[in-house]
Amino acid sequence: MRRHLFILEFALSGLCRRRYKNLALLVAYSLLIFIISSILFLTHALKREAELLLQSSPEITVQRLMAGRHALVPVDWVDTIVSIPGVIDASPRYWGYYYDPFTGANFTVLGVRSSEFPLKGREDLDPEDCLIGSGVSETGLLRTGDSLVMVDPEGIARPFRVAGVFSTSSSILTNDLVVLKEETIKRFFQIPEGYAVDLVVRVANPSEIDTIAKKIKEKIPSSRPITRTEILRTYESLFDWRSGMVLSMFIGALLAFFIFAWDKATGLSAEERREIGVLKAIGWDSSDIMEMKFWEGLVLSSLAYLTGTITGFVHVFMLGAPLLESALKGWSVLFPSLKLRPVIEVYQLMVLLFLTVVPYMAATIAPSWKAAMTDPEEVIRS
Amino acid sequence: MILHPGIVALLGSSAIVNMMMLYSAFAGLRIIRYWDSKSSSALQLSLERRTYLLSSILSFVLGVNLLGLFLFIYTADDLHTQFVGAMCATGTLNANPIGWWVLGMKLVLFLFSAVWIFLNYLDQRTEDVPFVKKRYALLLVMTPLFVTEALLQLRFFLGLRPNIITSCCGALFSENSGGIASSIAGAPVRPMEYLFFTVVFLYLIVALCFIVFQMDFLKYLLGGLALVFLPVSIASIISFISPYFYELPTHHCPFDLLQGLYGYVGYPLYISLLLGTLFGLFPSLSEFFKGRSELPLRRWQRLWTTAGGISVMVFTAISVYPMLFSSFVLEG
Repeated sequence: MRRHLFILEFALSGLCRRRYKNLALLVAYSLLIFIISSILFLTHALKREAELLLQSSPEITVQRLMAGRHALVPVDWVDTIVSIPGVIDASPRYWGYYYDPFTGANFTVLGVRSSEFPLKGREDLDPEDCLIGSGVSETGLLRTGDSLVMVDPEGIARPFRVAGVFSTSSSILTNDLVVLKEETIKRFFQIPEGYAVDLVVRVANPSEIDTIAKKIKEKIPSSRPITRTEILRTYESLFDWRSGMVLSMFIGALLAFFIFAWDKATGLSAEERREIGVLKAIGWDSSDIMEMKFWEGLVLSSLAYLTGTITGFVHVFMLGAPLLESALKGWSVLFPSLKLRPVIEVYQLMVLLFLTVVPYMAATIAPSWKAAMTDPEEVIRS
Repeated sequence: MILHPGIVALLGSSAIVNMMMLYSAFAGLRIIRYWDSKSSSALQLSLERRTYLLSSILSFVLGVNLLGLFLFIYTADDLHTQFVGAMCATGTLNANPIGWWVLGMKLVLFLFSAVWIFLNYLDQRTEDVPFVKKRYALLLVMTPLFVTEALLQLRFFLGLRPNIITSCCGALFSENSGGIASSIAGAPVRPMEYLFFTVVFLYLIVALCFIVFQMDFLKYLLGGLALVFLPVSIASIISFISPYFYELPTHHCPFDLLQGLYGYVGYPLYISLLLGTLFGLFPSLSEFFKGRSELPLRRWQRLWTTAGGISVMVFTAISVYPMLFSSFVLEG
C-alpha cells in the first residue's frame, strides 16, 4: 500500500514539474467536460421541469381530426365523454395563438369561464379585461390599467384592459399568456357557436386513463385523445434526442481531444525519457512506471472532471445555460426566464464519465506502456 | 433512439473495448504461438514486453465492464418512461427482450475478465509465469464473446421504439395496445427460500471445512457451489429478497434496489454477491491452472476462501435484514 502511495506522490511531483504542458491538457480536458456536463445537466433539468409541470395538466386532452389536421371540436362531445364511467368531468377549452405584429412575438391566448386566478381587489374579469404574462408585459411595456391591442380576423384593432400581470414565479407557464373571458375569446377568434378548440377530460383513477382514452376513441372515431403520460413520453424522447444530437455534434471535438491526449502522451520529451531511464536504472520495474503513468492520468482526469462538472453546474443552474439555451430549449421570441431546479443524478455523472474519462484513459494506455518500455541503457547513453 | 446520451456512451465505450480486445486477441495469438520462457531471443523479449500492455488493457476492460454493467441498467431505467406500461428498467428490457441477453452477457464477461486479471496477478508473482499460454487461450475465448455482446447491445438499442404521440392518435392505439409486462414473475417463494438458504449454508460449511482441513476436493466443491450460488441468488433476489425491500409482494424488480429510494442497498448487495462468487471460484481455478509450477498457493487459497465466506455472509445478512426487522411478511 505504501508503495502505491509513494508512486502516486512521485507522479504528482512529476505533474508539477511539467506544469505548463499539463496545464494545456487540463484546460482542454476541463473545457470538454464542461460542455458535455452542461448538455447533460440542462436536458435532465428540462425533462424534470416538464414532468413537474405536466403533473397538473389534464389527464386526457381530446382533439378532433378532420382531413388529418386538427379541427374545432363540437361541444356536444362532452355529453358522450361524460357518460363513460370513470370520467369526473369533461369541459371545452378555448385557446389559440396570436401573432403580435408590433413585437414579433406569439402570444398564447386562453379563454376562461370565470377567473380561476386570484385577482387583486376584484371578483372577476370583465368581458373587455385581460390578464397577461410577464413576458407579454415586458415586450409590450404594459402594466395593470394599460390597454393591450390585438387585431381580430377582420382587421379591427380591439383594445383589452390589462387587469393584472402574472407573477414571474409562474413564468414558465404564463410568460407568453394572455387570458380573456370565454365569451370574449370566442368573439375575438370568431369560433362558431357549439364548437371549442379542444376538450379536457378529468379522470378519477390514474390507472383507468388509458382505458378511458381508448373508449373515447371507440365512441368518437374522429377524436384524438392524448393522455398526459403520452405528452410526457414525447417530451422525454424529444429532450433525449436533442441532447444526443448536440452531443453527436461534439463527437468530432471529443475525437480531436483524444487524439491530442494520445499525442501528448506519446511525445515524450528527452527529459522525460531520461527520467524514466534513470528510474529504471535505479531499480523501478516497468509495471511501476506504468502505474506512475496511470496515476498521472487519473489525477489529471479527476481534476478535469471536477473542474468541468462544477463549472457545468454553475453554467446551467446559476447562469441559466446561456451557451446552450438556443440549441436545447427550442425557439420562441418570448422566452420565459427559466430558473432550473438543480437536479443531478448519479446517472448523469456516470454517462459523463463514460463519454470523457473512459476514452481518455483508453487513449493513454498504449503511450504509457511505450514509455515504460524505455530501455535505460539506451537513454542514458544518448 | 440511438441518440440518447447514455446510449451514445455505452456504444462508444463498447467500441473502444472491442477494438482493444481484438488487438489483444491478435497479440495473444502470437504469444501462444511463440512464447518460450527459456528463450532469450529478441522475439521473446518483445512478447514479454507486450504482456505488460495486454494486462493493462485487460484491467481497463474489466473496470469499464463493471461500470458499464451498472450504466446499462441505469440507462434502461432512464428510458422506461418512454414505453407504455414500463415501470423501471425491467419494462425497458421487456420492450426488446434482447436486453436480457445483453445484461447476462455483461455479467458473464465481467466474471471472465475478473478471472483473467486474477490469473495475471498470480502470474506476476512468479518467475516463470506458468499461466501465460492458458491466459491467452482464455483471452481468445473471451474476445468473440465481447464482440457478440457489443452486437447484441447495438441490436437492443436499435430495436427500441419509444411510444410517442403519432399524428393520427396516441401511440397507445397504433400499437394495438399489446403493452409490455411491467414486471417479471419470480419463482415461487417457499421452494426458492429453501434452495437459497441451503446453497448459502453449504457454501459456508464447505468454505469452513476447506480452511480447517485443506482437502483438495473441497476447493472444487466450493468452486461448483460458487457457480450455483450466483444464479440461485439472482433468482432469489427476484423471487423473495427484493419484495422484502420494497415491502410490496408484487414488485420483483431486481434493479430498483439500486435506486436512492431504497438507500442504494443494491450496490452492497450485488457487489458482495459478485465477490462471493469470484472468491469462491479462485481456489479451484488457481489449482486448475497451476499445472506443475510451484506457487505458494495454500496460504492464498485459504485467504480467498475466507474472503468468499465473508462476502457470502455479508450478502446473506443484507438480504435477511428486512425479513427480520420489517413488519412486512411475504406469504409464499
